[in-house]
Amino acid sequence: MLKLGVPSKGRLQDDTFAWFNDRGLKLERTGSDREYTGAVSGVDGIELVLLSAGEIPKELAKGRIHLGVTGTDLIHEKLPLHEQQVSTIAEMGFGFADLIIAVPNVWVDVNTLHDLDAVAAQFRADHGFRLRIATKYHNLVRKGLQDFGIADYQLVDSQGATEGTVANLTAEAIADITSSGATLVANHLKILTDGVLLKSQASVFASKTADWAGVDDTATALCKLMGWDILK
Amino acid sequence: MQNERRAAIRAEAARLEQIFLNAGALRIEADSLLPAETLLDLYGEDIRARAYVTNDPMMGERMMRPDFTVPIVERHMAEGAEPARYTYNGPVWRMQDAGSTRATEFVQVGFELFDRTNPADSDAEVFALFAETLPKTLTVTTGDVGLLQSVIKALKTSDRRRAALMRHLWRPTRFANLLTKFAQPTVDETRTELLATADEIGVDAMMEKAGKFIGLRSGSEITARIAGLKDDENTPPLSGEEVAVVNTLLAIDTTAASALLELQTLQGAMPEIAKSVSIFARRLDALDQRGVDVNALAFKGEYGLTSMEYYDGFVFGFTDGKNVVASGGRYDAMTAVLGTGREIPAVGGVIRPDALIRGAS
Repeated sequence: MLKLGVPSKGRLQDDTFAWFNDRGLKLERTGSDREYTGAVSGVDGIELVLLSAGEIPKELAKGRIHLGVTGTDLIHEKLPLHEQQVSTIAEMGFGFADLIIAVPNVWVDVNTLHDLDAVAAQFRADHGFRLRIATKYHNLVRKGLQDFGIADYQLVDSQGATEGTVANLTAEAIADITSSGATLVANHLKILTDGVLLKSQASVFASKTADWAGVDDTATALCKLMGWDILK
Repeated sequence: MQNERRAAIRAEAARLEQIFLNAGALRIEADSLLPAETLLDLYGEDIRARAYVTNDPMMGERMMRPDFTVPIVERHMAEGAEPARYTYNGPVWRMQDAGSTRATEFVQVGFELFDRTNPADSDAEVFALFAETLPKTLTVTTGDVGLLQSVIKALKTSDRRRAALMRHLWRPTRFANLLTKFAQPTVDETRTELLATADEIGVDAMMEKAGKFIGLRSGSEITARIAGLKDDENTPPLSGEEVAVVNTLLAIDTTAASALLELQTLQGAMPEIAKSVSIFARRLDALDQRGVDVNALAFKGEYGLTSMEYYDGFVFGFTDGKNVVASGGRYDAMTAVLGTGREIPAVGGVIRPDALIRGAS
């Protein structure tokens, strides 16, 4: 069976099902709505695997699923070697989310990463500790800031309500995923003009490590239906 | 095989340690788990991509020792006599880039010298010891981070700009970007507009218009930075001659003896660097007296600027073409940071016995 991993719940699942249905591949839940099982029709030999979107990157990397739907951000954060482990088959046009750096609106003197770096140096001198950036995307943010060359900051872990950390005085700036930016505005934050570290959307990824030999016919039929060039 | 190799590395490490003991060093031990906060404050967040972090519910974050320098300096500052020579021998752990085949655990044998009497001779003592201990087939390169620091201090520009360059000395790309930026007249429209608004309505009114005040960074800090930006707007660009001095220094790639001649030429263009050039010259004399052929010793102006940001003087490295076998340098400023006010000039280096036996076999 060709294993297709899709998000196990929520808006992302609904959009994923709709996206495949539009293209002639019918995905549906089976059993009770609390039971994580599903079925695929339109192409024979595909097994639906319902997973948390955050688990899908590792399952692809390990080759336990052939195809998976998740966000580019999660692939980049969880798989440092993603270029060798997965390939992007299709961008799906929903689940848009950018990883951004944001600072308080009242920082009228700060618009760019260059400004943030200058402020970080002065902040450390004034307060005796490194400027705190709250995030849950530690790897991506550290890499992005290292590539630009920012010093004298520290990442503090925030697993939720990250936009509130500045007002709560537990961070000076944040790095988070945003889609509309409405939460940032509501929390008196602004995005740095060059502070978009990654642009992300829901995409179909193919595992480069899964066993494709046994699912050749299914893969060919699926490619034909979806209009994909190659699967691996 | 793994067992035999480990035994061979251990034997080689013991041999090196004995050489350092014979050179007058005291053997010291260090913890393998270090408080993460000390290393993070010293190296910044980037260290997390280089060292393994462990977590203890009570002690908080601990790092697997990425090198011995921090524990050795801390120990010396707490209880050491002067002058002091130390040796250590044990494993260090380094996280490597994804996909890299470099070792994540390897043994280091080190020698550190803390002595304030004659820095030039201390540099030469450490280098000569390494040169005598290591095979002559290795490629040697030397550098001097203090030279670039003295050039930056001499640049005719604002304190703010000099500090920015000094802070990014160890990040070559960012350093080059800043240097280019500072050499051009300011053309940032957003900033011009910002300063015009600040002049017109005042910073307080700007902040009020921006909405609710949140965060720990205060209004007076924001006001102070805008005053600083105004100064910066009025700071003339660096002259082409001064930028040329920086670039000429970074491009030096010759023998140590010829480098001295090039540095003396640079000193003609920038007399303020005389002191660091004379430190360089005294080091060459000291190396010469200890039998190092300075007419053959390689020197690179940019050497040592991409490693961990603590070397601030003489730096050296020995490679077998592919791997770094030994490296070291002077780190006076770091002792001041870790010594909380006290400082002691320090120079030292490490040898990797695994790289040494790989080269020999």
